[in-house]
Amino acid sequence: MSIKDLEKIFLDKIEKEIKIEPKDWMPEQYRKTLIRQISQHAHSEVVGMLPEGNWITRAPTLKRKAILLAKVQDEAGHGLYLYSATETLGVSREQTINDLHSGKAKYSSIFNYPTLTWADIGAIGWLVDGAAILNQVMLCRTSYGPYARAMVRICKEESFHQRQGFEILLTLSRGTDVQKAMCQDAVNRWWWPSLMMFGPHDSESTHSEQSTQWKIKRMSNDELRQKFVDMIAEQAKILNVTLPDPELKWNPERNHYDFGEINWEEFWNVVKGNGPCNKQRLDARRKAWQEGEWVRQAAAVHAEKRKARETQQVA
Amino acid sequence: MKNFILKYYYGDIPEDKSGGAADARQTATQSDWPLWEVFIRSKQGLDHKHVGSLHAADAQMAIENARDVYTRRMEGVSIWVVESKYIHASNPEEAESFYEPASDKVYRHPTFYNLPDEVKHM
Repeated sequence: MSIKDLEKIFLDKIEKEIKIEPKDWMPEQYRKTLIRQISQHAHSEVVGMLPEGNWITRAPTLKRKAILLAKVQDEAGHGLYLYSATETLGVSREQTINDLHSGKAKYSSIFNYPTLTWADIGAIGWLVDGAAILNQVMLCRTSYGPYARAMVRICKEESFHQRQGFEILLTLSRGTDVQKAMCQDAVNRWWWPSLMMFGPHDSESTHSEQSTQWKIKRMSNDELRQKFVDMIAEQAKILNVTLPDPELKWNPERNHYDFGEINWEEFWNVVKGNGPCNKQRLDARRKAWQEGEWVRQAAAVHAEKRKARETQQVA
Repeated sequence: MKNFILKYYYGDIPEDKSGGAADARQTATQSDWPLWEVFIRSKQGLDHKHVGSLHAADAQMAIENARDVYTRRMEGVSIWVVESKYIHASNPEEAESFYEPASDKVYRHPTFYNLPDEVKHM
């Protein structure tokens, strides 16, 4: 069959909402784009463990500590589902991890911000996981089978993440003046970076058109961002916090919230590596990998010893 | 020529550039873990379903890791792990000819048969 015929079959499947599976023929660019997107999503989960892991030893109660541990553990699991999906596209785990450590691969820029107070953990759960959920629910309908299935599994686990974050802030918002101030301060620092999670405006987004054509992306950046603002603005009322945007206002004609312009300079700066914690995050990941080498070696040797013992017993 | 200076990038760099890639390579061969596919039975009475894959040194480690990765919420009563290299699959490109014999045997479907209305329970 010619490439043209194969392409036609592929596009036909896309149109009919038939999922593309690992061994199906696909355009090289489709494969490359998915490897990039899925692996970067995986890196984001794993790097995302760091800002929250920072507060595990300092969570205010045993219950909060156990909950935060469970959440961070979930993020590790999510990273693993996604690394697993990336591998189905023909790239090794080693190569994928290497790309993160060498700085070649990106991860979500939101994780380049520091967690300064306990309230940050609440803000991350409410805003950052909230944004992630919108994106991930949309991706449950992505055209590549393994990615879509990983998203379904992740979405089931993600909703507890957002709820525990909101609950943290709710508790603070009903507390002392110091607690209320801490809550407002965290929201002030995490609001705009959360909006940036949805990426540049549709008009500036280079990969979007191709991704939409191939149904990798099912909703645009701006559409998702608007959905997020509408949802969060309502939830903020319950917390009695103000979102740090003087232009945020309900527009009855559009039936949506109007909101201010993102500081795109900050956005591109952080993406290009000049955020507050970029270096810290990568250093932490590299250190973890290097210091874990003895574990990987020990496990391999242990497995061989176990196998040798078993063959001896049988013989 | 050995490269003593490893350059690390911290942001978005173009596809053709690559940072300190060399360091990971040397130790890789000693600690390479094979890939395993994981199948989980979520409840007695159901089949094992494929849920994903993971790297592990041997079968016991694969099962323990599968428990940690895929059953944090009690989603499994039984776990199977198979090294990926032992899975054999049909070729999707040959699907048309492979499955062709079944496509024109409409008499395999119950709706092919027209029975009078008076016949009950069939």
